[in-house]
Amino acid sequence: MMRRKNPLLLTATIALTAALGLAGCSAGASSSGGDSGSDTPTTATIALTGPPTNLDFTTTAGSAIPQAMMSNVYEGLVQLNDAGEIVPSLATSWEISDDLKTYTFKLEEGVTFSNGAAFTAEDVKFSFDRVKSDWVSSLKAKMDVVESIEVISDTEVAVTLSAPSNSWLFSLATPVGAIFTPEGVADLANTPVGTGPYTVEKYTPNESIVLDTRDDYWGEAPGVEGVTLKYFADSTATTNALQTGDIDAIVNLQAPELVSAFEADDKFKVVDGTSSGEVSLSLNNQAAPFDDVRVRQAVLYALDKQAIIDTAWNGYGSAVATFATPTDPYYEDLNDVYPYDPAKAKALLKEAGQENLTVEYTVPTRPYAQAVSEIVVSQLKDVGITATIKSAEFPAVWIDEVFTKHDYQMTTVLAVEARDILTVFNDPNYYIGYDNSKIEPIAAKADAADEAGYIDGMKQVSRQIVDDAASGVLFLFPNIVVSKANLEGIPENAIIEALDLTDLRWD
Amino acid sequence: MAIRILINLARFAVTFLVATIVVFLFMRLIPGDPAQIALGVNATPELLEQTREEFGTNRPLFVQYFEWVGGIFRGDFGTSYVTRTDISPLVTDRLQVSLILVLSAMVVALLIAIPLGTWAAVKHRNFSGVVIGVGSQLGVAIPGFLAGILLVMVFAVGLGWLPANGWTAPSENFGDFIRRLILPVVALASVQGAILTRYVRSAVLEVMSEDYLRTARAKGLSKSGALVKHGLRNAAIPVITVTGVQIAALIIGAVVIERVFVIPGLGSMLLDAVGNRDLLTVQSVVIVLVAITLILNLIVDLLYTIVDPRLRRSA
Repeated sequence: MMRRKNPLLLTATIALTAALGLAGCSAGASSSGGDSGSDTPTTATIALTGPPTNLDFTTTAGSAIPQAMMSNVYEGLVQLNDAGEIVPSLATSWEISDDLKTYTFKLEEGVTFSNGAAFTAEDVKFSFDRVKSDWVSSLKAKMDVVESIEVISDTEVAVTLSAPSNSWLFSLATPVGAIFTPEGVADLANTPVGTGPYTVEKYTPNESIVLDTRDDYWGEAPGVEGVTLKYFADSTATTNALQTGDIDAIVNLQAPELVSAFEADDKFKVVDGTSSGEVSLSLNNQAAPFDDVRVRQAVLYALDKQAIIDTAWNGYGSAVATFATPTDPYYEDLNDVYPYDPAKAKALLKEAGQENLTVEYTVPTRPYAQAVSEIVVSQLKDVGITATIKSAEFPAVWIDEVFTKHDYQMTTVLAVEARDILTVFNDPNYYIGYDNSKIEPIAAKADAADEAGYIDGMKQVSRQIVDDAASGVLFLFPNIVVSKANLEGIPENAIIEALDLTDLRWD
Repeated sequence: MAIRILINLARFAVTFLVATIVVFLFMRLIPGDPAQIALGVNATPELLEQTREEFGTNRPLFVQYFEWVGGIFRGDFGTSYVTRTDISPLVTDRLQVSLILVLSAMVVALLIAIPLGTWAAVKHRNFSGVVIGVGSQLGVAIPGFLAGILLVMVFAVGLGWLPANGWTAPSENFGDFIRRLILPVVALASVQGAILTRYVRSAVLEVMSEDYLRTARAKGLSKSGALVKHGLRNAAIPVITVTGVQIAALIIGAVVIERVFVIPGLGSMLLDAVGNRDLLTVQSVVIVLVAITLILNLIVDLLYTIVDPRLRRSA
């Protein structure tokens, strides 16, 4: 069709192929190790979205840096497995004192950093202390509860907390728990040094990170000699690159409509995993009309979540009631609290005296947000709420207006952090502005309790938040992974930021 | 001729300075705090203030402006808010990529346009001339990015002949460099070729109706002989102008092509920097683009005087 329309294009193609193509045809090898041919490739190239701005997560926010660095270059004492459980990493085991305040960790032996330094208990002390002294993001607050760190021997370290805290042990599985060596922190932005199976061989800002597999890794080495992480801004460009063999896998594909082409093809496989990312319908609890719980409840009754998932995201993703997700230990299915019930929504609006309601819906310029916005608007219209869409450039304008100035009524955003329910709701100054007076004491008690008490308390917190209709979640973001059929070991779920490439191998 | 060059240089300098002011002020008008965006939603107020201090975005505007402009003349664009590295080497890298892309596309476009346009003019009453005329009109109407997407669908995804996207430096692997260059160059050159074909055609048509060409023919030269000997040089003047203007337009138009083909050029750098409110980087890229446009205009003016001897004498 193209050629018939435009003879010049054909001429140009012929001219170019003749002039330049001869040299090109002979050069077969692509930069990707996963190219055609019967030989099993030795490296892998993985496509991601949203490049990190540098490699130092101690001074720069955003999930992109830990996504590439944690588990791969840096390791913590503990890590989260694919089911969301805390399991050993650099610590072989740990004991918790009876007062729940002192954690005594036994450490792996024979571990070295990529600069050759041996890993000892001193490095744990150094790293944890450094969070308080050198980190500059608000994440550092997660170490505030640490009172003292005692090095017992090279392979044993005791951490004493000022008060019992369940969330602290979980934090150790996040970037805050990353273990550094004193000799390896000079240039974190470009030259990270950790105990992980990979080192950064080459970093090109906004384009790619080339990871080299370490020969002297203490654990079981990955089955590839290296991994290249390539960053793509456009989903179609990504899938094209996979189809032409330039890349070997796409992690967390942002365009579900592009998946079908791969499902039908034996050369590829599609894994539909889950994540900790909630696509929110955030309601400003401190501004009219959403300062009235009945109006918030009406909105939740008005939403047909399955229809939203089917229409906006091709059926990928699942429904959750609030920011607790199935991979959290305290998850409980609360989807039935607000079933799809337009009549009830209308009744609640009538009761609140808001039968002809007009609200502004601030939609960030992100694929998921733009995909859900139209159907949310149409579902709200069915119960008498007229939502007008206001587009906000993301992140610049959205962060400024919604997050910082709270100048919005209703918005949607993807909240990717794991176990973020308290971040979002246990702070009346957070942009949602939820009145947390009821959940605050329960949350504090849960954090200081034993594991059973923690789970029980957090369930109460979730129920209270849902009862108060603090805000909605439209759907839980899927983790769609498309890869070549013989590439194994990409984690199915994206529970924390880290994309763990330790098990990567070719079959 | 010397005066002419001096006037051109003065005009260049003034325009450039005005452009720096305009670009700088516009960057301050777009909403969004660079410190907040660099730090993300986890930033504490103290940290925000500290970062604004570090970026210098809390200082008076004129201080920020003069520091930036002063840096430009030392070849130093400052430090990126986002990557915390020097901007200048990054801009140079990205500029090389964009220039390779755009100049290749322009060469290909001219290789298409000069013979086709001349042919269409000479044969403007014949069927082939009409076909070229209509074809070039269609080519102009197709946006470059659409041509790019279609090319990828056919030649990369469909036939598997060429890579769909990506960039390899020529020094790294020359064969791969060429293979990855072909589709984006064709996408850009097809549209440019169509535009230039139309210019060449009308320039040649105009020249063909000039008296001196009739005189040359009366002296016994054949139609094509007269055109080659006397006509093409004159037809070249408007074509040079439009080529200069189009190179500048192409660099800016290549932004979209760079996105479609995932090419790390100046255009994609600009888009990333705008999204991150990396003001110094945006300013620097834009001012480099402005400078290129102005320099091209300067070159076009100078070329005039070389191609057209009358201008040399009159100055």
